[in-house]
Amino acid sequence: MSLIRKSAAELGALIAAGEASAVEVAEAHLDRMAEVEPKVNAFLHVDREVTLAQARAVDERLRAGERLGPLAGVPIAHKDIFTTADMPTTAASKILEGWRPPYDATVTRRLREAGLVILGKTNLDEFAMGSSTENSAYGPTRNPWDLTRVPGGSSGGSSAAVAAYEAPLSMGTDTGGSIRQPAALTGIVGMKPTYGGSSRYGLIAFASSLDTPGPFARDVLDAALLHETFSGHDPLDSTSIDAPVPSVVEAARQADVSGMRVGVVKEFGGDGYQPGVLARFNEAVALLESLGAKVVEVSCPSFATALPAYYLIAPSECSSNLARFDAMRYGLRVGDDGTRSAEEVMALTRAAGFGPEVKRRIMLGTYALSSGYYDAYYGQAQKVRTVISREFDAAFHQVDVLVSPTTPTTAFPIGERADDPMAMYLADLCTIPSNLAGNAAISVPCGLADEDGLPVGLQVMAPVLGDDRCYRVGAAVEKALESRWGGPLLKEAAAL
Amino acid sequence: MSAITRDEVAHLARLSRLALTDDELDHYATQLDAIIESVAKVAEVAAEDVPPSSHALPLTNVFRADEVRPSLTPEQALSGAPAVEDDRFRVPRILGEEA
Repeated sequence: MSLIRKSAAELGALIAAGEASAVEVAEAHLDRMAEVEPKVNAFLHVDREVTLAQARAVDERLRAGERLGPLAGVPIAHKDIFTTADMPTTAASKILEGWRPPYDATVTRRLREAGLVILGKTNLDEFAMGSSTENSAYGPTRNPWDLTRVPGGSSGGSSAAVAAYEAPLSMGTDTGGSIRQPAALTGIVGMKPTYGGSSRYGLIAFASSLDTPGPFARDVLDAALLHETFSGHDPLDSTSIDAPVPSVVEAARQADVSGMRVGVVKEFGGDGYQPGVLARFNEAVALLESLGAKVVEVSCPSFATALPAYYLIAPSECSSNLARFDAMRYGLRVGDDGTRSAEEVMALTRAAGFGPEVKRRIMLGTYALSSGYYDAYYGQAQKVRTVISREFDAAFHQVDVLVSPTTPTTAFPIGERADDPMAMYLADLCTIPSNLAGNAAISVPCGLADEDGLPVGLQVMAPVLGDDRCYRVGAAVEKALESRWGGPLLKEAAAL
Repeated sequence: MSAITRDEVAHLARLSRLALTDDELDHYATQLDAIIESVAKVAEVAAEDVPPSSHALPLTNVFRADEVRPSLTPEQALSGAPAVEDDRFRVPRILGEEA
């Protein structure tokens, strides 16, 4: 089997055994990228020499006898919202075009320490605001299953890169579903860890109370191996949890759901859900029951209000966070002709540098936070957030995990929702509650919809710091489905 | 009745330091109106006696030791600046002519 088809665990084992070098593995993936990038456009920045220099350094560390983790020498695609000192970081925005950060994000640093080799920076919706990667200032990424469709978003470059075998692993961030939704739409695994379980230091902020770095992979074990590599307490992030990382790799290896209590969220289904998505979801629930789980229906009535609450909370935080793009210290500066004031230059720069969705959200957040509207909008949304957390708490008293479809539909055509924000926002209907409550949630492939032959994701939600349960259930479903399918779902995708 | 007027959107743009064109203001006024009407559904949840959550986790006042540690050099800190003068950020005038 060619190197690009192997899992991260397999590649790590080959490199550790000296049967392949990190340089050979990186070259195989760089060659694949050169071949398919004209079609997929998953990457914003690739520098072959920078990547190969990293790979050579890892090979040297291994030759010198340094003990690195199980992913030493394995390549990874990195979302272009994490700072990297050796590559530009743009958040897919014109306002940061060509910016070279002076420091590495904590996640970047931990990947490097563990010997992972960064293949490049992946495309995203500008500042991670979007569900399709169409909001990138540098053009959309295409879904490897069907190049006329979106790969999801905001981490669509990262999901497409893994689904197209350009990288065995990638990093994403999930603020309202930006890892789980693209994973579902491209037929791969994507995990949103517990909020605070992974560091935000060096992650360009969108909505700080929600932003969560997490892994993409083609199988559950690989996602768990990556999860353990970058997670854990970071003194540089004051909202980082000072507790041990849940045993996610062990849970992925156990893959056993016998005796587990699984709750089906009653509110996620019915009108607005694609029949093929519901059919695959219902089969996955039946499968869990056949594997020995006890399945019950659980009602979380306020989850229906999570979407409006999110679209007040996230824009409010974004309007504050993006105030830092002031044309003074880094990034774009427009209109500084010696006559204009700093304020005028700022307004011209922000108008030229931000795309439409970012402008919409900044203004919406400014509105929700303004006097006279604060109580009715932002204040009420924060109360809804409390109600949703309480409904999760009550549900997790009855069951060990909750399940739902990850998204109401499969991947939609590029352009279909691009200028209809409300239609776009519905893509995050099922993923948002876990961002508001901060709990762990994963998406694993559960089949193809009959209508369009596109992948469907199963979402598994677990309590705060119950990340291991997501992996345990995800791995059990994966194992049973792959034995039924005779291999991973991705083998059904047409060759690029 | 619309939830937000074009004049209000123009005011929001000023507060947000976004120099928008007339066409953009028309476009965003329509879209923001639809979005605000939709997010107003948060009012349907009875939550008078519920405390607001600004955050998912109950974290308060995380402190670190007050120790000198290595940080960016002036060259690194200024490396992305649009304009630099004498090891400082050079910015457009921030005060009015008469000040």
